[in-house]
Amino acid sequence: MPTPEETGAAAPLAIAVRDLRKSFGTHDVLKGVSLTAREGDVVAIIGGSGSGKSTMLRCINFLETPTAGSIEIGGEAVKMRADGTPSDRRQIEKLRQSLGMVFQSFNLWTHKTVLENLIEVPVHVLKTPKAEATARARKLLARVGLAEKEDAYPAFMSGGQQQRAAIARALCMEPRAMLFDEPTSALDPELVGEVLQVIRALADEGRTMILVTHEMKFAREVASHVIYLHNGVIEEEGPPDALFGAPKSDRLKQFLKSVS
Amino acid sequence: MQSLGVLGASTLDLLAFAPPGWGATLLRGLWNSVLIAVGAYGLGLGIGVAGAYGKLYGSPWVKDLLAIYTTLVRAVPELILILILYFAVTDAVNQMIMAFGGGRIEINGVVAGIAVLGVVQGAYSTEVLRGAILAVPAGQIEAARAMGMPAGLLARRITLPLMLSYAIPGLANLWLTVTKDTALLAVVGFAELTQATRQAASTTKAFFTFYAAAGVLYLILSIASTFLFSRAEKWARRGQRRTGD
Ligand SMILES: Nc1ncnc2c1ncn2[C@@H]1O[C@H](COP(=O)(O)OP(=O)(O)OP(=O)(O)O)[C@@H](O)[C@H]1O
Ligand SMILES: [Mg+2]
Repeated sequence: MPTPEETGAAAPLAIAVRDLRKSFGTHDVLKGVSLTAREGDVVAIIGGSGSGKSTMLRCINFLETPTAGSIEIGGEAVKMRADGTPSDRRQIEKLRQSLGMVFQSFNLWTHKTVLENLIEVPVHVLKTPKAEATARARKLLARVGLAEKEDAYPAFMSGGQQQRAAIARALCMEPRAMLFDEPTSALDPELVGEVLQVIRALADEGRTMILVTHEMKFAREVASHVIYLHNGVIEEEGPPDALFGAPKSDRLKQFLKSVS
Repeated sequence: MQSLGVLGASTLDLLAFAPPGWGATLLRGLWNSVLIAVGAYGLGLGIGVAGAYGKLYGSPWVKDLLAIYTTLVRAVPELILILILYFAVTDAVNQMIMAFGGGRIEINGVVAGIAVLGVVQGAYSTEVLRGAILAVPAGQIEAARAMGMPAGLLARRITLPLMLSYAIPGLANLWLTVTKDTALLAVVGFAELTQATRQAASTTKAFFTFYAAAGVLYLILSIASTFLFSRAEKWARRGQRRTGD
């Protein structure tokens, strides 16, 4: 079957965020940002500390409640009240099950082994038969290079291993898209590579991903679209080669200079 | 001479199981004490989980109500609480029964004891569990939320198991407290260990023998439970790296 790229037709929308606003009290953190990711897109969000990258990502699965704007996942609009709070708890739960989130600090459950971490939600929430979930989990652990670690407790693994396990845990839900919030920022430099390698493999197999990162070189390599956020506004966006190769705004030029 | 009875053969006679020995009475008292302690502890834990969640996530009036409950119970001496609750509760139940045309009844001592001490325990459990829930790393709860876990399941499978390792030392203390608090029920004439001991001692005048025997029983109970709690703590901390213990 020809891919949408070959036929020229656009792939279906995976995530669409429109005019998203978020304030904490009087502090306007997001001042109307939009983002579209089609199936297979890798959208990288870059920007300085405090620019609102994490907040934007966390609004997509409603870990933060937006103040205004609209969010659509897989063509389904999230039902929101006028004040931005979701009005259908079940819908939010379903939506979260379809978005695999990976945190800066891994957040594996420390009282469960790696394998138990992977099958917890598939078995107890999605009601996948345990044998099926276990088989899927083992395959994923092998993919991220942790086949031998299924009975280990997270606290006894390196940060790189924990983050790879956390990625496998998110994948075990068979999500529509992955959300990464600085997945390598808490890692010792020598462990960053092994995690980026896993994420790159996911990009290569056509996974839809939104990736907040400080790894500019990596973003340039894997992203299909890059968003530069500054003070809660999208200052510049576009394909990676344009954004990194020929930045237009002075702020972005300065930012790129400061991180290189 | 009675004071020498401690070391003499008469001590064994006094503590023998068969009458006229008082051993059986003491053990029955111990059994009652343990029964009440277990019941009150369980009831207290139930109140504690609900109370902790109410204090953390409840609506403002739920929080206020719980604050009044825990403050009152922890401020007033247990003995007074027991007298108030025991007589007030007994009275209220009887009033109700009589209002429906029934006769006055004697309230089962074990049930009353469990209810009274359980309400006291609940206040302390609420505080211990609230602190333990707050100690759970927020990221682990957030990870479960981000995967679409419903709130009830999240509490049961993630938050409560994780907080256990922080709560068990405090909960172990509460257990030791409740075993000793059962002795306070002697004031309402309930035949737990202390009351049984008092009866034996005043009948035989062998005060030292019986109070020492009761002390040993309390001690054994405490040592056994300390052992069990340390096992439980080890289990609850599976997966955590040892930090210098
Ligand atoms: N829960 C919160 N309450 C109040 N202010 C918040 C909260 N979360 C974030 N903020 C504020 O919102 C702003 C944006 O935060 P955000 O975490 O989105 O930044 P970021 O771009 O991810 O930064 P970093 O690169 O440091 O992770 C910051 O000024 C932060 O202090
Ligand atoms: Mg951030």
